[in-house]
Amino acid sequence: MQPTFTSSRILLPVRPWFIFLSLIVAALLNFLPTAHWPGMPDWVALVLCFWSVREFRRVGMGWGFVLGLLMDVADGAVLGQHCFAYVLLAYAGASLSRRILWFPLAQQALQIMPLLIGAQLIQALMRLAVGADFPGWGYFIGPFVATLLWIPATFILLLPQYRPVEQDPNRPI
Amino acid sequence: MAGIDHAPPPFFKRGPAPLALLTFYIAVSLAIFVVDLRFKSLELLRQSIALVVDPVQRVAQTPGSLVDYAGQYLQGLRALQQENEELKHAKLTSAPDLQRLAQLEVENTRLRKLLDVKEREKASGQVAQILYTARDPFSRKVIVDKGQQAEIAAGLPAIDEAGVVGQVTRVFPFSSEITLITDKDQVVPVQIVRTGQRSIVFGLGNGQLELRYMPANADIEVGDLLVTSGLDDIYLPGFPVAKVVNIERDSAYSFARVFCVPIAGVENFGEVMILAPRQARPERPPESASRAAGNDGQRVKKKRIPKN
Repeated sequence: MQPTFTSSRILLPVRPWFIFLSLIVAALLNFLPTAHWPGMPDWVALVLCFWSVREFRRVGMGWGFVLGLLMDVADGAVLGQHCFAYVLLAYAGASLSRRILWFPLAQQALQIMPLLIGAQLIQALMRLAVGADFPGWGYFIGPFVATLLWIPATFILLLPQYRPVEQDPNRPI
Repeated sequence: MAGIDHAPPPFFKRGPAPLALLTFYIAVSLAIFVVDLRFKSLELLRQSIALVVDPVQRVAQTPGSLVDYAGQYLQGLRALQQENEELKHAKLTSAPDLQRLAQLEVENTRLRKLLDVKEREKASGQVAQILYTARDPFSRKVIVDKGQQAEIAAGLPAIDEAGVVGQVTRVFPFSSEITLITDKDQVVPVQIVRTGQRSIVFGLGNGQLELRYMPANADIEVGDLLVTSGLDDIYLPGFPVAKVVNIERDSAYSFARVFCVPIAGVENFGEVMILAPRQARPERPPESASRAAGNDGQRVKKKRIPKN
């Protein structure tokens, strides 16, 4: 797929190991002590959303469920909390991907924002419904930061798929 | 062709429809959410996932702890000397009490024996290092570096040098999770030192605690010290828990609102001591059954008396 449908740039097919690696790295970023800083984005949600928009045939709700379980255990949260949010995120990303990819990057980010906020909001609602205390508004800054990171994330995660600039005219592909 | 996946799009074997998959996954997520919350029967699943996640998390925490370590290392000679002086001074100030403590304890045991009272239980435990705070923003928990391997069990209390920190709530093979006393679901039975009144203190989730169910005219003052009452088979009696900082007495409500701050460095990183489980106490008498039986007996007697 192309970065956007208006661009003429053609991408190489994605490598499955790179998807796997990027999701693992995102989980690692979530485990870092920086995760306690206010306004830190949920890296797993961002990368999962990216792949479910780009490659919904490879990364789907199954991945969301497994990663959600991992994050639940790592966070010490109630099991199923991240699973629910990530599965919904993956589904929404996949079903909106045809539309989202038509827009330029900045507008893509705007379309992604409600998905990321929704994933965070669902987790908050689930926990508040069973009697947890309100974590403060700082909890909802993360998705906005993640929205801003959509543009650099797209660039970095698509790097291995860009074709070399100098091309062999005899073998155009 | 580049730009399109090498494999042809799977026209015929697409698996279940996305909506069906979504329904399935959501049902499973909600089911494990409810089961984990209400029945707590998924600990084995959690432990097995933690076995994989835990080492990775520890590795991810190393840069931070290395920076801490370097900061301490480069702290400088003068700061260390000053700290050493202070510690020596503190040791000297507490020396008179400590030196007599051994003698007092012996005397106490002897007197208790004379009075035929059960001996006072001694505290013992093991020191554990706090690894990191759990990332879950809805609760207040820390992870320490001792688990099932060190025979830590869920329910054991944890203290630091000043007072009670919390209670072990989940145990993993090589680590365990301590819920701090400031967590919203955490409750500690306490006793007010000045008056001896017993009550229970609840975490508020914002770093404070609240002493609930105190009558509006209760004898309690700002600055009162709360210690564990030991009535719960979990905490030994006498550990400092919190200090009263604010009391709101509103005659519209039957209870006063009493706010406290924890005495231990609950939100600080460092080391905690996880206490060994308390000795088994004698079984409680079957309270409700005996009371019900007694009432019935009385009622029967009362009925019979007028007949005779």
